[in-house]
Amino acid sequence: MKVLLSGNEAVARGGYEFGVSVAAGYPGTPSTEILENIVHFSEIYCQWSPNEKVALETGIGASLAGARTLVTMKHVGLNVAADPFMTLAYTGVNAGLVIVCADDPGMHSSQNEQDNRFYAKFAQVPLLEPSDSQEAKDLVGFGLEISEKYDTPVLLRLTTRISHSKSLTEVKDQRIVSSIGPFAKDPKKYVMIPAHSRKRHVLMKTRTKSLRALSESTDWNRCEMNDKKIGIICGSIAYQYAKEVLPEASYLKLGMSHPLPHKLITDFARHVEKLYVLEELTPFIEDQVKAMGISVEGRSMLPDTGELTPDIVAQAFLHESAPKGYHPGVELPPRPPVMCPGCPHRGLFYTLSRKKIRAMGDIGCYTLSVLPPLQAMDTCICMGASIGTAHGFNKASQGSDVPPVVGVIGDSTFLHSGLTGLLDVAYNQGNSTIIILDNRTTAMTGFQHHPGTGLTLQGKETRAVDLKALAESFGISRVHEVDPYDLKQLSQVIDREVKASEPSLIISRRPCVLLERKKRKTKPVQRQVAVDLCTGCKACLKLGCPAISFLAEDKAVIDPLMCNGCPVCEQVCKAGAIQSVAI
Amino acid sequence: MKMKKKKDILIVGVGGQGIIVASEILADVGKEAGFDVKKSEVHGMSQRGGSVSTHVRFGKQVFSPLIRQGKVDFLLAFELLEALRWVNFLSPHGAALVNNLKINPTTVSSGSMEYPSNIAHLLKESGHTIQLIEGINLAEQAGSKRAVNIVLLGALSGFLPDIAEEMWLKVIRSRVSAKTLQANEKAFYLGRKDA
Ligand SMILES: Cc1ncc(C[n+]2csc(CCOP(=O)(O)OP(=O)(O)O)c2C)c(N)n1
Repeated sequence: MKVLLSGNEAVARGGYEFGVSVAAGYPGTPSTEILENIVHFSEIYCQWSPNEKVALETGIGASLAGARTLVTMKHVGLNVAADPFMTLAYTGVNAGLVIVCADDPGMHSSQNEQDNRFYAKFAQVPLLEPSDSQEAKDLVGFGLEISEKYDTPVLLRLTTRISHSKSLTEVKDQRIVSSIGPFAKDPKKYVMIPAHSRKRHVLMKTRTKSLRALSESTDWNRCEMNDKKIGIICGSIAYQYAKEVLPEASYLKLGMSHPLPHKLITDFARHVEKLYVLEELTPFIEDQVKAMGISVEGRSMLPDTGELTPDIVAQAFLHESAPKGYHPGVELPPRPPVMCPGCPHRGLFYTLSRKKIRAMGDIGCYTLSVLPPLQAMDTCICMGASIGTAHGFNKASQGSDVPPVVGVIGDSTFLHSGLTGLLDVAYNQGNSTIIILDNRTTAMTGFQHHPGTGLTLQGKETRAVDLKALAESFGISRVHEVDPYDLKQLSQVIDREVKASEPSLIISRRPCVLLERKKRKTKPVQRQVAVDLCTGCKACLKLGCPAISFLAEDKAVIDPLMCNGCPVCEQVCKAGAIQSVAI
Repeated sequence: MKMKKKKDILIVGVGGQGIIVASEILADVGKEAGFDVKKSEVHGMSQRGGSVSTHVRFGKQVFSPLIRQGKVDFLLAFELLEALRWVNFLSPHGAALVNNLKINPTTVSSGSMEYPSNIAHLLKESGHTIQLIEGINLAEQAGSKRAVNIVLLGALSGFLPDIAEEMWLKVIRSRVSAKTLQANEKAFYLGRKDA
């Protein structure tokens, strides 16, 4: 039966059909829906791990125990998991282990656009790249099979367009039962002390040779000979764009792109007049083809950065620029994403912004506080970076007249990679104030549970970590819980803690307003502007709440369809014009 | 089944307007009608009230999930400013079906930029067929404010004569809850009549 599946849904389906029984990951766009779909298969144990490193380690254990395993993450997640990944490449696996990693060319929702294909080459493991959902599903099966046969982890690399595009996919009801035996003690293979690792590394070189032979012979790498004037080597989504724009060309389509099939490439090059590589982001394949002494073009025809589109491919190959089309003679206001009306993060960032306190930031919905009018975040590097950054900044500024900075971090992010940063502040006797934005969920990626929420991916009740007790056990004695809807309390606590000479932790706690709305279904109250009282001072606009706007330039108005009823705007209105009304 | 012509449809609007559901229904309808189908959207930041766009393509064999600029057959816009932002993706023969609704982006509500005042007029100046749809009114008439997306699909269905009405209803029935089915069916008919 053919169904429309996204790349992520197809990977989940592949997990079911090809006998996966354990799956672990950490959410991250565009990879999140893989586990969110796997959870529907009761045959598969699945979990959100606190972070990608732990997810991969869980996956390693499951594979050793004989379970076919998937580990999922977004591209930058593999940076976090890189440590186990690089040495897992030495030990190899027991049951098949596929790491599904989704890159985000164009940075639709990411902080960088690193090309994770290099990780496969770096770690010397096979790299698989699907071009649509059918291939995504089938490559899960192929990946598990070669993982077992060649004793290697496998990197299945998706991109945003593969993960989030739907295409017709044949699904089957049968599920393969894996026949891998249980763990057999084998220290030379699994205990990577130098003496063992040296031998494993030699074996890896042999393994790469065998994998290259596979890359030459597998159907996943195939020539489609057509017009021989143009020959294009490509895989992933670039293949679809090329076929769209140049249906007559000849193709060497690569589903397995590391190790590269040298013979296949040499033959293909010989049979076409002009050879190209079409790939997104970096000349990963092109540079290797050039190193083989083959003349080839590609990257130089494309923009240096960003996502490919069929228009870019048409421009490069046909010199066909996209038609200009109609442009109205007015400037179109952009529509950036914003924190939702009633978002508990708003009160906190409003307070920091009013006080002009610098905030070393982190990643999550709250990063949107960087945008006007709040402009309350000063850095964002990677998950967990806020705390170490604040600590380093404050250490360096000690004794100067530079005021201390705070670190702000979401609850999911704190549990992902903020713990060790906080430990650093405590251990090295910093004085930083760290603020956890505890909205009881991983909101940015669509409300996933985490170790602080009390529920697991599979919906089981579990213990929720006590952040206060945790910080105290690190040796941080100043821990305060505040409600970010209470601006006065926030202001007092922040003033006091920033001045303190010891480290402190402020837990700004209130559940995400969208979660609350889902639970309650209705909004109990709403805010409204009493037009006769509004002085038009625009103080409420400084909150950057999308529900509040200005009517004919002199009065505020709150959109009743958008207002989620939080009391923050009421507190900033000095004229008392914003009032709550029952609905 | 006789092979029908390809259709490239771009759905645009604001996060939270029900665009993803609309595109899911549309893609399913294409599949039911015997086409190869591809659909592409971007999740993530766009959920937080930002611009959202989804490409849906039907054809004998579809390669790219993204439609090329200037090749869109139908632009289904849930909001006026978003319609204007994307109208240049239409092919010369393309038509836009536009929900007559204004949602201020924060760049406007904060007072830093202006919302273009005469969008309906500007859209018509593009030379394309522009159909304005009173989505909210029709949805309310159908009995559910949230059925605007189904009203708009109803309107689009009027432009796709190759696809039988029953096919749309079948997919809508499979996608909406029993409780809202009646309102959604009515919304579909009202939109279809309006187009
Ligand atoms: C290593 C890594 N993994 C995953 C992500 C994707 N991601 C960005 S922020 C975030 C979590 C946000 O949750 P939280 O800290 O609770 O903040 P909220 O969005 O709820 O405000 C995730 C999963 C990432 N950027 N980097």
